Amino acid sequence: MSAKLRLFTFAAPSRFYHLTGMLIPWCWALTIGLTLAGLYVGLLVAPTDATQRDAYRIIFIHVPAAWMSMLLYLVMAFWAAIGWAFKARMASMFARAIAPTGAMFTFVALWSGAIWGKPTWGTWWVWDARLTSELILLFLYLGYIALVEAIDDIRRADQAGALLAVVGAVNVPIIYFSVKWWNTLHQGATISMTAAPKMAAIMLNGMLLMTFACWAYAFAVVFVRVRAIIVERERGTAWVSEMLAGQKGA
Amino acid sequence: MLLVHFAHPPWGAAAVYRCLGALMRALFLAVLLRDLRLAARRRIDALLPLVFFVVALSLFPLGVGPEPETLRHIAPGVVWVCALLATMLSVQQLYSGDQSDGSLEQMLLAPQPAIVVAGAKSTAHWLLNGAPLVVVAPLAGVFFDLSGSALASLIMGLLLGTPVLSLLGGLGAALTLGLRSAGMLLILIVLPLTMPVLIFGAGAVSAVESGQSAAGHYSLLGALLLGTLLGAPLATAAALRISSE
Repeated sequence: MSAKLRLFTFAAPSRFYHLTGMLIPWCWALTIGLTLAGLYVGLLVAPTDATQRDAYRIIFIHVPAAWMSMLLYLVMAFWAAIGWAFKARMASMFARAIAPTGAMFTFVALWSGAIWGKPTWGTWWVWDARLTSELILLFLYLGYIALVEAIDDIRRADQAGALLAVVGAVNVPIIYFSVKWWNTLHQGATISMTAAPKMAAIMLNGMLLMTFACWAYAFAVVFVRVRAIIVERERGTAWVSEMLAGQKGA
Repeated sequence: MLLVHFAHPPWGAAAVYRCLGALMRALFLAVLLRDLRLAARRRIDALLPLVFFVVALSLFPLGVGPEPETLRHIAPGVVWVCALLATMLSVQQLYSGDQSDGSLEQMLLAPQPAIVVAGAKSTAHWLLNGAPLVVVAPLAGVFFDLSGSALASLIMGLLLGTPVLSLLGGLGAALTLGLRSAGMLLILIVLPLTMPVLIFGAGAVSAVESGQSAAGHYSLLGALLLGTLLGAPLATAAALRISSE
């Protein structure tokens, strides 16, 4: 690596490849450490809730997953737009690598929400504003993934995906508010989700630990995926051929 | 040639803008009238989405049962979902024919911005597919035993909402131009974006039926229409450029 570190140093796929190669073990170590700490605090230290008993403990995966799902969509749209506007290959690859992880977190948020809903509300699913817009977010992720996978030409796939991601990001608040107003128009059908009283500090700590664990996991997985994309797209370049030849020889 | 002239105009800026405006209007009308003429020569093709809409509507009473109370209750949602699906199915052809015979490329080569093409195509789509849905909507009133005021709110909602569907559908059609399984892809991409229209369009009818005013729903649909009018042709033009590079 060159001695002079500039802003765009890691925009070069080869440098980014080597950087992520060094970072991935640390990301995994952080993921495991934070998950163990978060689970310890969440499952063993945090007290049982007075009204929900132990069922509330699913919050330690549910809320971080929901946060990650929304954040990752914005991050994906951001990098896709950067890649489209500045013809930055690395940014487009990064956006592509984020999408499956974002979709996975969206699914986990919905799934854990359903499991949480059954004991507390007595039903797997309600057409609450948050649940509905999270479901639509999953559809947006799936639409993005389906579109970029359907286009064989890489440049076109990246640009079309970027356009769709940006349009989706603009639409997310519109969808959220329309679902929210729709929900208040159909009065009374759902149980309020905002009834939770102030959270005990220890519970909050557990949730934050799990959130950081999810962050570390997202970084690790996205880095692994983006490295695969780099090798796939740059296979014509000298450094990838050399690296692959070296691996074969070793 | 034209572009060179615009870059270094021998006339004043005002004259340039007037001239550019006239050129854009000319292209808009040319594309719009061309689509209308093509539809007039393939009348059965043009009527298919409408027939789909009516057939799909008539399936629901058969599936749900003929009780007027139930039908009245589900009517707004059913009509809107059928309108959505009819639009998604018809919008798939919006650019594909022009792409396969090369005329889309010619339109994009014109000196006018591609946004004009996108706007004209979506307008043509609404006139050919959206407006007929509004016209046959009274049939839904007969099928589902809707009251006069509920039917009026349904028509008003469709009038405001179907242009949004045509505009968003145009964006989806431009993004999926020439892809394998473009049809399913378009539906997967566009339907999540159309959910606000469905919510407020069907909500207007439900509001009227429960004795409330639907004015708020109309306002929100109008806002959606204005927002989409501003944004969708721009995005569609970008998508056309991406797809036909």
